[in-house]
Amino acid sequence: MGLTPTNNHAISQLVEEIFRQEGSKVLAALIGRLGDFELAQDVLQEAFVTALERWPHEGVPVNPAAWLVTTARHRAIDRLRRASVGLRKQKLWQTQTQIETEEYNEITFAAESFPDERLKLIFTCCHPALNLDARVALTLHTLGGLTTPEIALAFLVPETTMAQRLVRAKRKIKEAGIAYAVPPPHHLNERLDGVLAVLYLIFNAGYNASLGQSLVRPELCAEAIRMNRALISLLQNEPMLGEEPEVLGLLALMLLHDSRREARTGPQGEMIVLEEQDRTRWNRSQIVEGHAMLDSALALRRPGPYQIQAAISALHSQAAQAQDTDWYQISMLYAELVRYNQSPVVRLNWAVAVAMATTPARGLEMLTELEAGLQNYYLFHAARADLLRRAENWQAAQVAYRQALSLTQNGIEQAFLQRRLDELQTMLS
Amino acid sequence: MRYLALIYTNEAAALKASEAEKQAEMTAYNDFTTVVGARGAMLGGEALHPTSSATTVRRRDGKVLTTDGPFAETKEQLGGYFVFKCKDLDEAIELAAMIPGAQTGSIEIRPVVEWE
Repeated sequence: MGLTPTNNHAISQLVEEIFRQEGSKVLAALIGRLGDFELAQDVLQEAFVTALERWPHEGVPVNPAAWLVTTARHRAIDRLRRASVGLRKQKLWQTQTQIETEEYNEITFAAESFPDERLKLIFTCCHPALNLDARVALTLHTLGGLTTPEIALAFLVPETTMAQRLVRAKRKIKEAGIAYAVPPPHHLNERLDGVLAVLYLIFNAGYNASLGQSLVRPELCAEAIRMNRALISLLQNEPMLGEEPEVLGLLALMLLHDSRREARTGPQGEMIVLEEQDRTRWNRSQIVEGHAMLDSALALRRPGPYQIQAAISALHSQAAQAQDTDWYQISMLYAELVRYNQSPVVRLNWAVAVAMATTPARGLEMLTELEAGLQNYYLFHAARADLLRRAENWQAAQVAYRQALSLTQNGIEQAFLQRRLDELQTMLS
Repeated sequence: MRYLALIYTNEAAALKASEAEKQAEMTAYNDFTTVVGARGAMLGGEALHPTSSATTVRRRDGKVLTTDGPFAETKEQLGGYFVFKCKDLDEAIELAAMIPGAQTGSIEIRPVVEWE
């Protein structure tokens, strides 16, 4: 045992810190050894409780994470011994024998390090045979260490629904035989795209929600960034993998977006669009890091959609004032992005960039082609209204703002559109 | 001639069944296979894990599309089956995607219950 015994409060803070820093690493190692998500999570929780009981008088072990792995494995053996009948018993005995033959010794093990298997954990949680909601929830739960109530709150679903979603996902992994492994090289790119999509979805859930509603959700942005950083370092430690430009590109994109999170809302929680944001409120250190990250991604010379989006975001962050924005370059980047992603929403943003780089009329022309696909999307009408306003076509702009207003339920978005309508009213009168 | 008999049951009810009910069902199936086996008519059969463990695979323009859950397209009907032995679900998905039917239809993958 390492440190001298200390008071309970300090210990519980330390345990919390270890859970935060190393919880997912310990869990990943346990899943690897036990081959069972549910069992691994249960015994890990018990190990944390044991730590709280024993560390105050026994002292903190030299390597707390390894101690937790050992203790959790003991708990698993106890459970397996108590388990009954049939298939279950046989499987459990296999695990137990495997654990016991490792000739574990508490003193040596406590100082020993254990392999970081979080990469396996990430790929398993983001497996395409799980549905997207389950992938997001499981990733946050196991890798991010968020509790079920926290995830439920973040996605505004009842706690029981979220608990059920997690149980189902873990059962599917077990029953369907989803491997706890890093995918083979010929599947790696595709599977990595899937992982990035989950991280970006988590980020966006937080980013979009920072416009009101719940206080917890901005934490999702931080969590997605943290997990992306972990993914980068894990990939670098794998001899066969190394630097993946899109993984760096996504981190750059998230950092650059996140740098503007504070500036997106005013003192009353009102929405402030990019053009009207107080740019001194942008987070400089995130911008600097985002740019550096994008540079390292681009240096690898394998472009992709996240790098392009990060480059667009980087151009915005380079403009000291809205009118300094290099819209010409941004519109070129959108033209490139459309090659990867033909979604009407990307094309909508492209049209806006073209309008800003040339004339509103040119953007409006591009929008007419998108109308059929996006007529129920409030942002389409809001963007169209904005271009009509810039073209000084006040009446048509008013109609479009009203259409946008009728299509959003979000109070903050409604307030923004209403403000624009009020401004137009003064132009018209 | 050979015939395939597909068993459709209420999964939700089966999941709620008591130990005794499950045991009774197991006995009934054992009796059934004994009787049919004695007639020389049994060529094979397996129990499947519930649809919550299902994965559906399609192949379109050379790309493999994987979705969680059972096949649910009413325009497509059951046309055949294969049983594979694989090391994990990824291998099963890979093989399923190679089935010619995956290019126009859907392949539902369900793990077979292992008894021993």
